[in-house]
Amino acid sequence: MSDWPLWEVFVRARRGLSHNHVGSLHAPDAQMALRNARDLYTRRNEGVSIWVVPASAITASSPDEKDAFFDPAGDKAYRHPTFYDLPDEVQHL
Amino acid sequence: MDAITTPAAHTEFDAIIDTDGRIEPRDEMPDAYRKTLIRQIAQHAHSEIIGMQPEGNWISRAPSLKRKAILMAKVQDEAGHGLYLYAAAETLGVDRAELLDKLHTGRQKYSSIFNYPTLTWADIGAIGWLVDGAAITNQVPLCRCSYGPYGRAMVRICKEESFHQRQGFELLLTLMRGTPAQQEMAQDAVNRWWYPSIAMFGPPDSASTHTEQSMQWGIKRFSNDELRQKFVDMTVPQSEVLGVTLPDPDLRWNDERGHYDYAPPDYDELFRVIKGDGPCNRQRVERRVAAHEEGAWVREAAAAYAVKRAAEAELAA
Amino acid sequence: MSTLTSLDARARYVLALGDDALIMSHRLGEWITHAPQLEEDVALANLGLDLLGQARSLLTYAGELEGAGRDEDALAYLRDERDFLNLQVVEVPNGDFAVTIARLFVFSAYQYELYARLVDSRDETLAAIAAKAIKEVTYHRDHATQWVLRLGDGTAESHQRMQAGLDRIWPYVAEIFVADPTVADAVGDGVAVDVAVLREPWERYVTPMIEEGTLTVPEPAFRAAGGRQGIHTEAMGYLLAEMQHLHQAHPGATW
Repeated sequence: MSDWPLWEVFVRARRGLSHNHVGSLHAPDAQMALRNARDLYTRRNEGVSIWVVPASAITASSPDEKDAFFDPAGDKAYRHPTFYDLPDEVQHL
Repeated sequence: MDAITTPAAHTEFDAIIDTDGRIEPRDEMPDAYRKTLIRQIAQHAHSEIIGMQPEGNWISRAPSLKRKAILMAKVQDEAGHGLYLYAAAETLGVDRAELLDKLHTGRQKYSSIFNYPTLTWADIGAIGWLVDGAAITNQVPLCRCSYGPYGRAMVRICKEESFHQRQGFELLLTLMRGTPAQQEMAQDAVNRWWYPSIAMFGPPDSASTHTEQSMQWGIKRFSNDELRQKFVDMTVPQSEVLGVTLPDPDLRWNDERGHYDYAPPDYDELFRVIKGDGPCNRQRVERRVAAHEEGAWVREAAAAYAVKRAAEAELAA
Repeated sequence: MSTLTSLDARARYVLALGDDALIMSHRLGEWITHAPQLEEDVALANLGLDLLGQARSLLTYAGELEGAGRDEDALAYLRDERDFLNLQVVEVPNGDFAVTIARLFVFSAYQYELYARLVDSRDETLAAIAAKAIKEVTYHRDHATQWVLRLGDGTAESHQRMQAGLDRIWPYVAEIFVADPTVADAVGDGVAVDVAVLREPWERYVTPMIEEGTLTVPEPAFRAAGGRQGIHTEAMGYLLAEMQHLHQAHPGATW
């Protein structure tokens, strides 16, 4: 049996949202992958746009590197809006 | 993906489990956790695929166009669910082809409920109401499974599954409000599907070997008997609305326990059917294998075409 | 039960289109659990559901036009073989995947040309049905085309089977474009599409695709005919027996 490669599927549910990873499927090429993704992941009007990417093309960060890669962002709390204590009467901020 | 190599890594996995967090595909995890999940997710996927057959059996004979459309959509959903689950299993480092091969050669199983035949149209209703009902009872807790991709696949599946149970119930309701022949058909189907449905939750807790470890790892959230009781409690009032009699003379509300008392299914039969001694075991697998083998030339053609086009693209580049 | 000769041209026309969709949907449904890849089970079910939706809309409307109280189910389940008006191409057995794709290719390409023009029908209901259906059959035609190319230009075996599929289906092509004289009035009224004008655009799509798939357009000696007059192949009887049996076994029952 010939194996069809694995594709990861990303769907944008509505305008204004970004593409989200919804799952994967097997297809022989990009054209069929796109069509299969449409059949499999948007049957209930769940999407306006689909990306399919060969799983082999994805570069992922390694969980081992987590400390160096991600932790520095953890202690920079000033990046988060909740860090700032504003008077109640200030609007739209 | 990676076996636990250092004590620090083991703590990491445990820490996540202890705080009810989620394990994601490339996290370090105990080999046994990975293996258990692969097996469980794969068998869940196989169940969806094989489950298409007893119901698919009635598509060509559906007695109204509306019912035909509903049934086609339901069976199509099941194919989709199988695909979501194979996709989840593949994140653990296996290939769908391997898993299918295990199904085809009997090394992995599927829910034994699908080894029973759909003898009448009413069976379609009984499957939707009872079998899907039992599946949902089982599946909702799985939405919180510790393994991220499996939990997420389950959330998607549960959303789609609620229509499945409702259509089954409504199908039976229509029969029960219909002609005497239709009422008989409905009752007969319920008579045949009740015990196999409650057997779906597996052996009683006293006889279940894997439960403890699975519960520790956040794969299983409730025991077999807990889920079985939950299903019975939910289903009995529904049977009263339908006007069907569940084929259990011992079924009664127990005020003290706050639950229904019910007769257990025949667990010997469950084990026999799981082992292969059920009415439809052979034909379910044969049909699945036939589709796979007869389709080989199609899959090969698509792969060959892709190679040719890729080669052309390279030359042109 | 009214015989079809008493149907006026418009009702008859709509019924024929509905029968095409109904029988085609039925054949596609037979592939579920047998498809060569799970993704294809999903795809073929999709196509089958689209066509069933078209059938239901068209049959319901045909029943209304007839005015004898027949709904979609009465029309689907209670007529005999000689009262079905579908083209023969939709009823022939599925065969292998290549035969199915050949049939889907030929039929969806025809439906595309049909609905593309039916959106301009003077009959608002038909125009609305066509407006929805054209989006669906655009996808059906594309799906069939993808497979014609892949099977035609895949492996030696797939090429041989795809050519055999086209050869098996082509005798049923001519009938698609033969005008049914009993609906001439509906064409004249601007309600129905004249099928004779569809052949050329249909060929302009189909021929290059077949050639791109390294296949040859068949030249069949036999040309099927008669579907629109209720003359079908032997397969139709078996198809209806299976489809209609349960409904007919319980007269008057609600499902």
